[in-house]
Amino acid sequence: MYFGGSFTWGDFQFLLSGAVTTLSITLVAVIIGTCLGVLFGLVRASSPWWISNTLGAVLDVFRSVPLLIQLVLFNSFNSMLKLNWPTFTVGCICLGIYASAFCTEIVRSGVGAVPQTTRRAARSLGLSWLQELTSITLPIATRVVFPSWLGLALGVMKDTALVLWIGIVELLRSSQIVTARVQEPLLILGITGLIYFVMSFPIARLGNQLEKKWGTQ
Amino acid sequence: MIAIENVHKQFGPLHVLKGVDLTVQKGEVLSMIGGSGSGKSTMLMCINGLEGIQQGRITIDGLEVHSKATDLNKLRRRIGIVFQQWNAFPHLTVLENVTLALRKVLGKSKDEAEMIAIEQLSHVGLKEKLAVFPSRLSGGQQQRMAIARALAMSPDYMLFDEVTSALDPQLVGEVLDTMRMLSKEGMTMIVVTHEMRFAREVSDRVAFFREGRIHEIGSSEQIFDNPEKPETAAFLKSI
Repeated sequence: MYFGGSFTWGDFQFLLSGAVTTLSITLVAVIIGTCLGVLFGLVRASSPWWISNTLGAVLDVFRSVPLLIQLVLFNSFNSMLKLNWPTFTVGCICLGIYASAFCTEIVRSGVGAVPQTTRRAARSLGLSWLQELTSITLPIATRVVFPSWLGLALGVMKDTALVLWIGIVELLRSSQIVTARVQEPLLILGITGLIYFVMSFPIARLGNQLEKKWGTQ
Repeated sequence: MIAIENVHKQFGPLHVLKGVDLTVQKGEVLSMIGGSGSGKSTMLMCINGLEGIQQGRITIDGLEVHSKATDLNKLRRRIGIVFQQWNAFPHLTVLENVTLALRKVLGKSKDEAEMIAIEQLSHVGLKEKLAVFPSRLSGGQQQRMAIARALAMSPDYMLFDEVTSALDPQLVGEVLDTMRMLSKEGMTMIVVTHEMRFAREVSDRVAFFREGRIHEIGSSEQIFDNPEKPETAAFLKSI
């Protein structure tokens, strides 16, 4: 066995495979979080107060309890109930629900930002509730809350680092493994940080482009 | 014909309409005047079912607006409404603002919808602005776009809710001109307005609202020149 060697191409590829896991978890969690968030957000924005508040209280639990605790608890339930879901699935679901709790409030505020009179004008033209929602409220709300949503998505990418605690080898865990062998923690962490940046930057840029496009309307 | 019978409307403890009776015939232009809070705008919202009512009946060509059996989305195609805040759809171009309901509600093809929209937009003088987003239009232009949007559905009735109140004074004229043109074309219109000179000029009849009731109604000459009730005279004097 070789200890204390230098950082090799193989190490870098190992880090990249961790990055792929990070991206996969991010993608799945953001999709789950956004779908649930839109659904819950619409319920929060348009149902009677007692439904809205009950849902809000439940989601507050997910927003308030640290993600790490949620991950470990959910992973334990997974073994106790003999669900035997792979840890990747557990990580995605847990992060997805966590993200949905934040996304719900983003969607709710976006829907709230669409003036009631604009929605009425659409209904007065004969559009049904659903037609109004899909062609007026949601497109307007999307433009309003897109920056917040993008912030959430980038946050989720960084939060994926926590799934290493339930045994998933994603980017951060890969870097720890490489560090243990190469014994160059600063170099490895620097490279790892750079990989996170390279993954986030295009998403942030894409967001800026979209905002610019919408801004000209 | 729009028939309003003993309509009561409450917002919680607030009794806004306290028994309104009114009929508007096809081809008629009726103005509703009165102080703020007298219930005239609320009355308009009730006519196309944007607001519910607690008592009474509103029928449009025999169809009861607040009956469960009535398909409101279908009924609303026949009643255009233009609001005080012009309510442009900010994410759509001027052309798309007008074609949206034509395509979604009436199921017209893109070409057909655009043809109708261009015709209506030309009618209100916005032919040059088709590809522009509403934020680039003046208030008066946005309001004229809202009128074209409602007209494109070829409604039988048009409701106007204080459509010039939120406009800069120099933009009021162009919107009133558009409405004048409509009245000359024989459109049935109910107009809630504070523009007394305009109301007098275009209306066949004028209804003076006071405390949730029609206090006085009559021909425009009668209301403006010889009001019977002292409150009507006092209101007209105060303006």
